[in-house]
Amino acid sequence: MLDIARIRDDFPILQRRVGERPLVYLDSANTSQKPRQVVDAIAEHYLQHNANVARAMHLLGAEATEAFEGARRAVAAFINAGRPEEIVFTKNASEALNLAAHTLGSRLRPGDEVVISVMEHHSNIVPWQLACERSGATLRWFDVTDDGRLDLEGAVREDLINERTKVVSLTWVSNVLGTRNPVAEIAAQAHAVGAVMVVDASQAVPHQATDVVALGADLVAFTGHKMCGPTGIGVLWGRYELLAELPPYMGGGEMIEVVEMSRSTYAPPPHRFEAGTPPIAQAAGLHAAVDYLTSVGMDAIAAHEQNLTTYGLEKLGSIDGLVILGPTEAVDRGSALSFNLTGVHPHDVMQVLDSRGIAIRGGHHCARPLHKRLGHQSSTRASSYLYTTREEIDALADALVFTRDYFAPRFGG
Amino acid sequence: MNIDELYQTIILDHYREKHHSGLREPYDVQVHHVNPSCGDELTLRVHLDGDTIRDISYEGEGCSISQASTSVMTDLLIGDSTAHALDLHDKFLEMMQSQGRIEPDEDVFEDAIAFAGVSKFPARVKCALLGWSALRDATLQATAHQSDPSPAG
Repeated sequence: MLDIARIRDDFPILQRRVGERPLVYLDSANTSQKPRQVVDAIAEHYLQHNANVARAMHLLGAEATEAFEGARRAVAAFINAGRPEEIVFTKNASEALNLAAHTLGSRLRPGDEVVISVMEHHSNIVPWQLACERSGATLRWFDVTDDGRLDLEGAVREDLINERTKVVSLTWVSNVLGTRNPVAEIAAQAHAVGAVMVVDASQAVPHQATDVVALGADLVAFTGHKMCGPTGIGVLWGRYELLAELPPYMGGGEMIEVVEMSRSTYAPPPHRFEAGTPPIAQAAGLHAAVDYLTSVGMDAIAAHEQNLTTYGLEKLGSIDGLVILGPTEAVDRGSALSFNLTGVHPHDVMQVLDSRGIAIRGGHHCARPLHKRLGHQSSTRASSYLYTTREEIDALADALVFTRDYFAPRFGG
Repeated sequence: MNIDELYQTIILDHYREKHHSGLREPYDVQVHHVNPSCGDELTLRVHLDGDTIRDISYEGEGCSISQASTSVMTDLLIGDSTAHALDLHDKFLEMMQSQGRIEPDEDVFEDAIAFAGVSKFPARVKCALLGWSALRDATLQATAHQSDPSPAG
């Protein structure tokens, strides 16, 4: 069991009040809050160790380089990567996925196929559309079932993964539905036809113990700011052999070996993919975040969220006029809860909840095709994390009943 | 923040019972406008008769602010001149960007004065402007079409 009160003490922002009411932050799938330990680490880096990495040869340069490379080692250990050189630091998960799509895309030819799913975040759709446009490859996708699971039977019927498939790129946990996809199973199918398996783990790595080796993927993208770390740093993990055969993504300082005026040779991974001054202080912050999450315990965090998800599904599911998108049972499911109140637009839900100090997200959550597929124009999403309490779920449910009655005449509003 | 300041009775009334909604024939120009940040969508048709706006019809999915704003706008502008419609668009835009500093003239805006409160909620200003922007776009296209009847490119 987590000591939630003690955890909340580490997050000063959770003590804020909105007018008369306490802040209820239920937008962690959008970005998580940051514990004091992370903010302190970033401040400490800037105030005591700031310098550029690798190229600065003085004491501070060595300390900054150690901070950056130490973060790489910490992240590698956190996801059970084989070696630290498999960790590429990027700006965010979107950049990590663009890096994957761009470098793998350079090997695509007309007739090749790339497989994604209709439940992807736009950042795991658009880069592959661009890669297919550039190469002449064909983009295909998994459908979802009406209850928000990946349609595995439909995929077999359509022969979705076949000998033409070169890349399969899937989200591990849906940012809208919470659905946890059977990545290892699909990775095995991808590998059986010689395709590369890419995983968007942005909504998974912050919430559960991650073992990239057991996951069976080849490239895994996630971001720091959703896991108690700062904005401005993301991660692409890749099997070293694969990274070593991929071409550079961006050119510039740090990613080279020898530069001549007519051509250059490139550094080995991970530096090949890290052109220019990297997010150094952010790496120090991410290191602190990883240490923080590890000290709390990822299994304990996952159990806490599983508990909250069960409670939230029950609580919200019992509200008349509320429709839940995605799995209504807390099985193979992350903690994002998306829903609609019949007759009330998500923007209006968000606005009324905001006036009561409750922060949630309304809109299509960068997943327009998924909403279209499920017959919703948009939705409202509440998302929890290690610091979320049952009382906050109660406050949400009360506010939703109030919102429904405020707008919907049939409920007396 | 008091939400009753945002959700005035006029707005809720128009949201629950939209005026002039549905797409109708005849029309000169149809436009489709979206608000990419929230996914609100609006298809709007304009039918002109010389300089007069004979009809504005629309179909959309969106929040109470965008839906009510479009509904109120059709009440104000159907039967009006295109010049007045475009002028009112500019005045409405100015009011919405004023962050609550412009006290609207009820004689000019009629029910649309209810949206003055929305200008204090920056995230919702785009919602209130969706219908008006679509109307301006459609009216300008229809006017251009009238002066140059060859098929628009």
